[in-house]
Amino acid sequence: MATTTAPPRPRKGRGLQLLTRRDKTVLTLMVGLPALLVGAVVWVPVVLTVVLSFTSWNGIGLPAASDWVGTQNFVDITTNYPPFWIAIRNNALWLVVFFLIATPLGMLMAVLLDRELKGSWFYRSALYMPVVLSLALAGFIWQLIYSRDQGLLNRVLGLESADRIDWYGDPDINIWAVLVIASWRHVGYIMLLYLAGLKSVDPALKEAASVDGASEVRTFFSVVFPTMAPINVVVLVITVIESLRAFDLVWVINGGRNGLEVIGALILSNIAGEASLVGFGSALATILILVSLVFIVIYMVNILREEKR
Amino acid sequence: MSTSTDLDRSSGTTGDSGTGRRGGAGQRPRRRVTPGRVVLYVALVVVSLAWLFPVLWAVMTSFRSYEFTAVNGYVSWGGFTLDNYVDAWTGGNFARYFLNTLIITVPAVLATLALASMAAFVLARFSWKLNIAMLIFFTAANLLPQQALLVPLYRFYLYVGLYDTYWAVIITHIAFQMGFCTFVLSNYMKTLPKELGEAAFVDGAGVWRQYWQVVLPLCRPPLAALATLQVTWVYNDFFWAVAFLSTGDKFPVTSALQNLRGQFFIDYNLVSAGSVIVAIPTLVVFFALQRHFVSGLTLGANKG
Repeated sequence: MATTTAPPRPRKGRGLQLLTRRDKTVLTLMVGLPALLVGAVVWVPVVLTVVLSFTSWNGIGLPAASDWVGTQNFVDITTNYPPFWIAIRNNALWLVVFFLIATPLGMLMAVLLDRELKGSWFYRSALYMPVVLSLALAGFIWQLIYSRDQGLLNRVLGLESADRIDWYGDPDINIWAVLVIASWRHVGYIMLLYLAGLKSVDPALKEAASVDGASEVRTFFSVVFPTMAPINVVVLVITVIESLRAFDLVWVINGGRNGLEVIGALILSNIAGEASLVGFGSALATILILVSLVFIVIYMVNILREEKR
Repeated sequence: MSTSTDLDRSSGTTGDSGTGRRGGAGQRPRRRVTPGRVVLYVALVVVSLAWLFPVLWAVMTSFRSYEFTAVNGYVSWGGFTLDNYVDAWTGGNFARYFLNTLIITVPAVLATLALASMAAFVLARFSWKLNIAMLIFFTAANLLPQQALLVPLYRFYLYVGLYDTYWAVIITHIAFQMGFCTFVLSNYMKTLPKELGEAAFVDGAGVWRQYWQVVLPLCRPPLAALATLQVTWVYNDFFWAVAFLSTGDKFPVTSALQNLRGQFFIDYNLVSAGSVIVAIPTLVVFFALQRHFVSGLTLGANKG
């Protein structure tokens, strides 16, 4: 990283030595103000979250040295806080469903729609319309389908009132109902990213493969897919981050309880309201930060590699 | 992948209608109708309709009276009315919530784009020691889950008295969205010929004039794309509003939908009308500015 910045590269415009003092001040402000804001509102809180995770601060007054409890919060979370493991399971399920179903489906739709088909505008719009709707709104819209007594799904299944399923309320199945909604939205997003990726694949490459007699499936996996490596990384990271961010849907449905626990919702319910367990909530957030950082680093390495080309 | 054509590629090809793709180069011969193709079309139509269905179902429910569906069930025909919209609009106090959304969205999007374009200008057009470090500083910030910064921000806003004000939500949106916008804009600015700046420089124009009069006017395509995207994202935000606001009538429209749910019973027809009202602005943006929306989304990814 350091080596790429050291010699002033002609591609990038001027170095700073030719500028007047006034220009230098202006440039510093232009990048300094935004950086200050991002630093103060994003990076400082991230660091503070990690620091607070080692305290038992309850939000009253300012944190003091006596609040320091070391790793106690993490011990409590893993041994003495059942919602945590349910949340871990749910976030993991979210990830698995996205990876095994929603992302491949989005990719498949992109491959199908990347050719000249009649009405492809319609198919594309239908698939990515859910992307512009908020997840909170999606939770409301799907309620009309999932509701126990009035919902379409129980009606279509023809269930009598005694064995009707409470899709949002039953803690054994509501996570699956929610994952259907999340996937409904994720497919369009992934399709969009891959459609853009496929456009940048040289058509001659595909032609050549098909002249060689490779089937379409084979062409895709051995020729097209590998050339989309940068998009694949983006999709990987987006899929992981989206599943870690899971919050809106479960929050509008029941506040993230009763089978719908996710880490994101546990954090908010611990720090807000009467309990105000700031240290404990921060420890949950720290776990989230550590997992996301792994994927953020992957993404950044990918960007830097592109940058060097 | 070369950077210079990323925008043209993604905006021109994915967003607009299926005609004119691949720039009209090399019209392929019409394919014959084969069984495989019929299956493909049937599958595409079925999937598309399945994807549209939940929204269409909500639209249909919203136009039917509660009395009719309570007796006949939702799988029926008739009882059409506009009353749900009237009731939802007044009962749900939507005028107030739309105003709140406007108060939050407009300054948040404008400030994000203004600050991000300045940072991008410096990062893209000048080489200095911290270029790449700053790019990471901005871009990685946007990838963190919101919950990662929630705890200290929540305590901080409480402490300084910004909790439960629009400012808390607006400032957080600006800082959190800045990374993505800076990344996209700086990639775009790198593709502009550097002679542009040189000419202005020789004329004795300062860096601010280069930014404002030379570079920024050329950035209309990515700015339009980002504006479309940011308006949708800020409009759709639920998390920051729920986290930093507590007074009922300060909530933006997306999080105000809860109000239509009664304590003990839910009038689904009313809730659907409310949902449709909330969905309309984003759907209008989506259909009117689809090209911008799509190119905005893919811009960040294409280069990343």
